[in-house]
Amino acid sequence: MTRVNIRRSTVIDAPVEAVWAVLRNFNSHHAWHPAVSASAIENGEASDKVGCVRNFRLKNGSHIREQLLFLSDAKRGFGYCILEAPAPLRKYVASVRLRPVTSDDSCLMEWQASFEPPPQERVRLERFVSEEIIDAGFAGLRRALTAGALAARVARPSVSARAGAATEGVEIAITRYGGPEVLVPRVASIRAPGPGEVRLLQTAVGVNFIDVYCRRGSFDLVPPGGVVGMEAAGVVESAGPGVANVRVGDRVAYACAPPGAYASMRTMRADLLVRLPDSLSEEIAAAILLKGISAGFLLHDVAQVRAGETILVHAAAGGVGRILTHWAKAMGVTVIGVTSSETKSGEAKRAGCDHVAFTSRENFVETVLNFTSGRGVDVVFDAIGKDTFERSIECLATRGRLISYGQASGDVGAYSIDRFAQRSMTISRPNYIHFTDTPERMITQSGRLFDALRSGAVVAERPRVYPLADAPTAHADLEGRRTTGSLILIP
Amino acid sequence: MAKVYSSAVIPAAASAVWSIVRDFNALPKWTPFVAESRIEQNKPPDQIGCIRNFRLKDGGRIREQLLALSDYEMSFEYSILESPMGVENYLAAFRLIPVTDSDHTFAEWTAEFDASTDREDDLVESIRRDVFAAGLGALKARFNR
Repeated sequence: MTRVNIRRSTVIDAPVEAVWAVLRNFNSHHAWHPAVSASAIENGEASDKVGCVRNFRLKNGSHIREQLLFLSDAKRGFGYCILEAPAPLRKYVASVRLRPVTSDDSCLMEWQASFEPPPQERVRLERFVSEEIIDAGFAGLRRALTAGALAARVARPSVSARAGAATEGVEIAITRYGGPEVLVPRVASIRAPGPGEVRLLQTAVGVNFIDVYCRRGSFDLVPPGGVVGMEAAGVVESAGPGVANVRVGDRVAYACAPPGAYASMRTMRADLLVRLPDSLSEEIAAAILLKGISAGFLLHDVAQVRAGETILVHAAAGGVGRILTHWAKAMGVTVIGVTSSETKSGEAKRAGCDHVAFTSRENFVETVLNFTSGRGVDVVFDAIGKDTFERSIECLATRGRLISYGQASGDVGAYSIDRFAQRSMTISRPNYIHFTDTPERMITQSGRLFDALRSGAVVAERPRVYPLADAPTAHADLEGRRTTGSLILIP
Repeated sequence: MAKVYSSAVIPAAASAVWSIVRDFNALPKWTPFVAESRIEQNKPPDQIGCIRNFRLKDGGRIREQLLALSDYEMSFEYSILESPMGVENYLAAFRLIPVTDSDHTFAEWTAEFDASTDREDDLVESIRRDVFAAGLGALKARFNR
């Protein structure tokens, strides 16, 4: 196998220290290389940790992973290899080095690459690396430095608002209200963060039923042309003035209004973010934050479930249902789960349900009354709505609480309040937003969830993963009840 | 240990610049400060270990030994054996790197040496300015027309 060696160099008209301040960040290339659209360091590692992996997308859509092999501040150079790429750039190693030109305060940038192409691809790949990777990189870096886009970040790494430039990202917008097909990807300009704001490089986006409601128009949170999504995790890419709770490079997540999470990058209020514990991956965080916080306030704040009580959890194999079940079991609560199919009942049992009933084959009211010797349950958690609401009421014990937190099957309709006097029932219709609408509430709720994850009261399962552009498929699967557990989109 | 560094971009192809500076006996041809030079014992100037014996225009005599020469890297290294400058353990390196997108040449000249602390800063500055920058400046001027 022939090894191809490419050596290119250029003179950059900027002091070597300024250029090195940009290049030594192994995760800065999306800010200057014209071919790179979004990049993140895996596992939340520092970008100057030798061995870290940058995971990035090219604007043509392909996905590449590269590992930092060496980094030298003394020589102002670094080297890396490709771990995964769509092109057959086999055994690809490359290095970049800067040298000062003292006669006029500019610098020489050398970029070398070496790889083993298949013989028939040699000419094409040699040209691709020379021109589209290296020469385009030289031009992009020169442009970015001249435009001053990078200067502010170099000088003040944590504050980039004034001189910061917009950057390109991909987001999924709804063209109109409707089915999954109205979710359409588009390239968007992601503006630099203003006061109190950060720009996030999103590495995982959570998919929730509220996104479906927004897409259908049942909630008017997102006008046509807007971007849905309430939940994502990622890395702080830049921060505007006055941001105190997070810093550039922090791993963070959010699960809150305003919508707009279905995107590769996003500029948003910093005080909506929570920092992730080291033990929690961004994928798991994006999968569990909204559902876990929901389960937390439903159990502890709304229903105030106590040890020894018996509860009924609808969709016990679903996102929130599974967490509710697991968490309640850890508190010493008896849990009856309801699921739509036998496959899902296995999931519900694994989550810890003491008993599982099916909506498809049996009247679950009878099952519940039999299981509780005719007494009924203390609490029902119902996000199904129209199809189950009436029977949920029938399952309640005297002074029971019905927590209606969703309406997957449709609106529950009008009820006379007198109905609830029959057994002194309490009905709650909590709204997620009212439990998470201040930074303090968000910290309380997320802290409780992180504690539960640490203690094992809540166990995170691997989410089902879809590429961001496949958001329509993810929605169709969620609405078609073909999924158990959580769904995430990867930009 | 004191360090000196100087570099410049020469407006000519690396092969053209290298053909001039690779000759260890050519200081009088391309620097403004050397009056005459010879290689001791009549050795070829690209034999590793050869010694150039040259006289500066201000009269000082210097003997330097070639330690490394690479046509592949377009670089050479040398040490000072004798000089009026009062430096010890003086080791210098000269290197060319092609600038591929303009067909120019990056030239870099570095040295490390020991000297008494009270003279170190002055020596660094005079070597940087009067030897390295002056030499590189002359190379630039040679092609800049």
